[in-house]
Amino acid sequence: MNPSTTELHDLTLSELAGLLQARKVSSVEIAQHFLTRADTHSALGVYLARDRACTLAQAHAADQRLVNTRGAHQPLLGLPVAHKDIFVTRDFASTAGSRMLAGYRSPFDATVVDRLGQEGMVTLGKLNCDEFAMGSSNENSAFGPAHNPWDNTRTPGGSSGGSAAAVAARLTPAATGTDTGGSIRQPAAFCGVTGIKPTYGRASRYGMVAFASSLDQAGPMARSALDCAMLLSVMCGPDPDRDSTSLDIAAEDFTRALSDPIAGLRIGIPKEFFGDGLASDVRAAIDAALAQYQALGATLVPVSLPRTELSIPVYYIIAPAEASSNLSRFDGVKFGHRAEQFTDLADMYRKTRAQGFGEEVKRRIMIGTYVLSHGYYDAYYLQAQKIRRMIADDFQQAFKQCDVIAGPVAPTVAWKLGDKSDDPVANYLADIFTLPGSLAGLPGMSIPVGFGAHHMPVGMQLIGNYLQEGRLLNLAHRFQQATDWHARAPEGI
Amino acid sequence: MSETVNTFEAQQQGRPTGPLVSGYEVIIGFETHAQLSTASKIFSRASTAFGAEPNTQACAVDLALPGTLPVMNKGAVERAIRFGLAIGAHIAPRSIFARKNYFYPDLPKGYQISQFEIPVVQGGVVEFFLGEEKKSVRLVRAHLEEDAGKSLHEDFVGQTGIDLNRAGTPLLEIVTEPDMRSSAEAVAYARELHKIVTWIGICDGNMQEGSFRCDANVSVRKPGAPLGTRREIKNLNSFKFMQQAIDYEVRWQIEQIEDGHAIEQATVLFNPDTGETRAMRTKEDAADYRYFPDPDLPPLVIDPEWVIQIRAEMPELPRLMAQRFMDSYGLSEYDATSLTQSTALASYFETVAQTCQQPKLAGNWIMGELARRLNVRELTIDQAPVAAIQLGQLIGRIQDGTISNNAARQVFEVLWDTPGERVDAIIESKGLKQMNDSGALAQIVDAVLAANPKNVEEYKAGNSKALNALVGQIMKGSKGTANPQQVNELLRAKLG
Amino acid sequence: MALTSTDIDRIAKLARLELLPAESERMLSQINDFFDVVETMRAVDTTGVEPLSHPIAAIRDIALRLRDDVISEPDQRDINQRSAPTVEHGLFLVPRVIE
Repeated sequence: MNPSTTELHDLTLSELAGLLQARKVSSVEIAQHFLTRADTHSALGVYLARDRACTLAQAHAADQRLVNTRGAHQPLLGLPVAHKDIFVTRDFASTAGSRMLAGYRSPFDATVVDRLGQEGMVTLGKLNCDEFAMGSSNENSAFGPAHNPWDNTRTPGGSSGGSAAAVAARLTPAATGTDTGGSIRQPAAFCGVTGIKPTYGRASRYGMVAFASSLDQAGPMARSALDCAMLLSVMCGPDPDRDSTSLDIAAEDFTRALSDPIAGLRIGIPKEFFGDGLASDVRAAIDAALAQYQALGATLVPVSLPRTELSIPVYYIIAPAEASSNLSRFDGVKFGHRAEQFTDLADMYRKTRAQGFGEEVKRRIMIGTYVLSHGYYDAYYLQAQKIRRMIADDFQQAFKQCDVIAGPVAPTVAWKLGDKSDDPVANYLADIFTLPGSLAGLPGMSIPVGFGAHHMPVGMQLIGNYLQEGRLLNLAHRFQQATDWHARAPEGI
Repeated sequence: MSETVNTFEAQQQGRPTGPLVSGYEVIIGFETHAQLSTASKIFSRASTAFGAEPNTQACAVDLALPGTLPVMNKGAVERAIRFGLAIGAHIAPRSIFARKNYFYPDLPKGYQISQFEIPVVQGGVVEFFLGEEKKSVRLVRAHLEEDAGKSLHEDFVGQTGIDLNRAGTPLLEIVTEPDMRSSAEAVAYARELHKIVTWIGICDGNMQEGSFRCDANVSVRKPGAPLGTRREIKNLNSFKFMQQAIDYEVRWQIEQIEDGHAIEQATVLFNPDTGETRAMRTKEDAADYRYFPDPDLPPLVIDPEWVIQIRAEMPELPRLMAQRFMDSYGLSEYDATSLTQSTALASYFETVAQTCQQPKLAGNWIMGELARRLNVRELTIDQAPVAAIQLGQLIGRIQDGTISNNAARQVFEVLWDTPGERVDAIIESKGLKQMNDSGALAQIVDAVLAANPKNVEEYKAGNSKALNALVGQIMKGSKGTANPQQVNELLRAKLG
Repeated sequence: MALTSTDIDRIAKLARLELLPAESERMLSQINDFFDVVETMRAVDTTGVEPLSHPIAAIRDIALRLRDDVISEPDQRDINQRSAPTVEHGLFLVPRVIE
């Protein structure tokens, strides 16, 4: 393979790695190509921050390392990546999609960003997302939504919408995302890319602007399971010095078991994921994918997750409660926005936060404050935490009968920007299939399995038991070797 | 357990459970914030050192910068366990950190990480003497939490400056039952608590720097009546002000009630200049802290093995040490208590006592001559120019009759002024050794008798005073080195 | 049970959010729509169920990690304060705090 640089963006991360290791192309050439491409496609609104000089400096350093450390096993050295703007970075402004943090410069890099940097990855920039990762359409970004490359009148999904759109539009071969209630899986599905959210605690949360501490997890988004495996192997691992909730489980090489046979594997099909709420076009694509898995030797087992619907109120109590507390630090004192005009301290707080936060964020702060306030804690937050355990137990029951669980990521394909923007509850209900796994802290991923209405991508969700990321990636990889849905590119890209 | 206070029956029968102030019973409970003496903060690796330039010891975590998370300091937990063991409390094998949510400029995260439902130290008792009377105050709990920053109101026109160096300093909040019945008892409790935390080395006890801050919950009631509404006096940072503040508050509450006003629950501050307490401008909605378990911190699990290990490393506690001094050195309770005011003093005493084998004398010298001179020079026991060994040797020389008490004072003087001098060398050079050579003494006696026939006559006539005169003459003749007893014996012998 | 505008005012005050009248009204109806969904949750019998706050606790005991008491954070005041609204002599300035 000896591509002219115009084709570089069509290559996956692992293909680019091959060219780099073979010295067919330099890290700087790759970076320049993607930066130029980002300029020509700026209308998609995926990037919130870029710094050409800084990126090229990183690429140059990577090229040096490639020369110096010839032969050493550094699969990611010199490859480009872009980060969801929920990760704080030293070299790029970090806004979390909020006016509150417009222009904010962090004195440190998030652990995940640092780990990828240590491996020699080159940062192309920061990617658009819903404000503080609260949303499923990217319309809650204070800087305008990213657009879906398959139809730029539609949402790329959210909250990691910029990440999904950037990968789908070939503006970067890989991106980081974060998933609290589906924020990696749903945009991956809407944009036809591959994304995985690991077990809660696998990846450090240090340097992720906190939304819901007991749910937030970082994960990669790319064009294939193989690429995700390469990235996840570096992103995971304990962070004892920085994150008390990170698990004491050594990082593992998730690429190793990718090609394991899946014959005889039992795939659980939760009946609650296939009810009336599921659009027929999505269902058709999912059914075809499941048939494909049967063809690959897997068997389908009916299972039940009886509290699937309850996960909506449970999640939308717990996440806002934690968020209302996590966002109290945005008070106009130490960093970020401060109102221009105010009468006294209390007024400074009220106006600063009223101006700095967008509507959905305010709504969740209000809900969270209410459910934690005196006299309501037991009825709401505590009750939700109890049902949360029941939901986790339901999964353990299901995993007695199957190895992994499969179903849709979202009930429909990506909707038109603006369609649900004034109906928050409708947005919440659309998260129904991703919330149960999030509440249980289980690993979950989304892989492209075809197209639904308006030729929009459909994603299938794979949910594994705790620490079974390798199994999920193996399943996804085998599927992608047998199909080419993940390789499809949007028109005109 | 606490036979001296809160006796239920007395309360039931309407008898006072403590001294009355113009017919009212005073009820006091304490909340003490002790800064734990760790090098780094409770949830970050920044220094806790006092007095640094503003915000130079406030790291990203302390400033609550976006993306930062707390990581627990083992040293803080270890100190909390030490305290629990010192006061005989239950060490919770599993305790929970919660978020206490409220907005304040010196609270960077908009919430304080504290312990709410399940604290690490539960129960326990602090025992102490109020004059002759033994008191004991029950503790409800002691929990770990983080300190806030400081607001500086001076120097900035219409604005307040925020220094977050103190933010994240580990605190142990120690909460008592309302067991105290007078300002004197409250202060005695606070002093004893201060002694304990410094003795076991979990807090430097520096009240000027705010390392040991007391809040007093004060209420009054007629004997037998239910508890009255309490007001909380905040930040009592000296034992002196503590008593003043509580006395003022008690009088104020009684006057209010006598004038027919109800007491309203409030937080008050004591103004040392006016000697008065004044209600703080209550924080808005302070009532609703929206506590919930901090999702950033899994439960604090304390392995019994760890507690056993810490117990093994605990120093002997002051009350037990005082008891031992009484038992094995035969000291009075008063002496034993005074000599166990600090570990330094106690170990100084033990060295002296073991060197001279005269515990009582050792105690007298330390609490007498030594204490006096230390006070004059405002020195602590560790700064005493006279080493414990030297004082021990000195007392030994009194005991074996080498020198008299007066001579010993002269030697001590020299030791004090020229540290490092050897006791025996000083005795030699100043010729303070008592004369034990009877031949030489006999000559002096004969000379004195010959020179004072008048006194001899008077003594023989039965005037015992006359003997003293002769003794005085002889001592003079021996330049004070003669042994008074020997002199007496010789005289009596010669005068038949 | 539905919230009232009084609740909205109380919560907004607790959360330090200034809401314009129009905002409060929209907030009230949207939050009430949401709490209709929540009702289903309140009905669930959870007697004897332990709340789950750290997801992994569903399968294994999670204990807080304790770090050694070591100082390793240098003074980074300047870089830490570079995004601060107002700083003077290293202090963050806020409107007068009255006690």
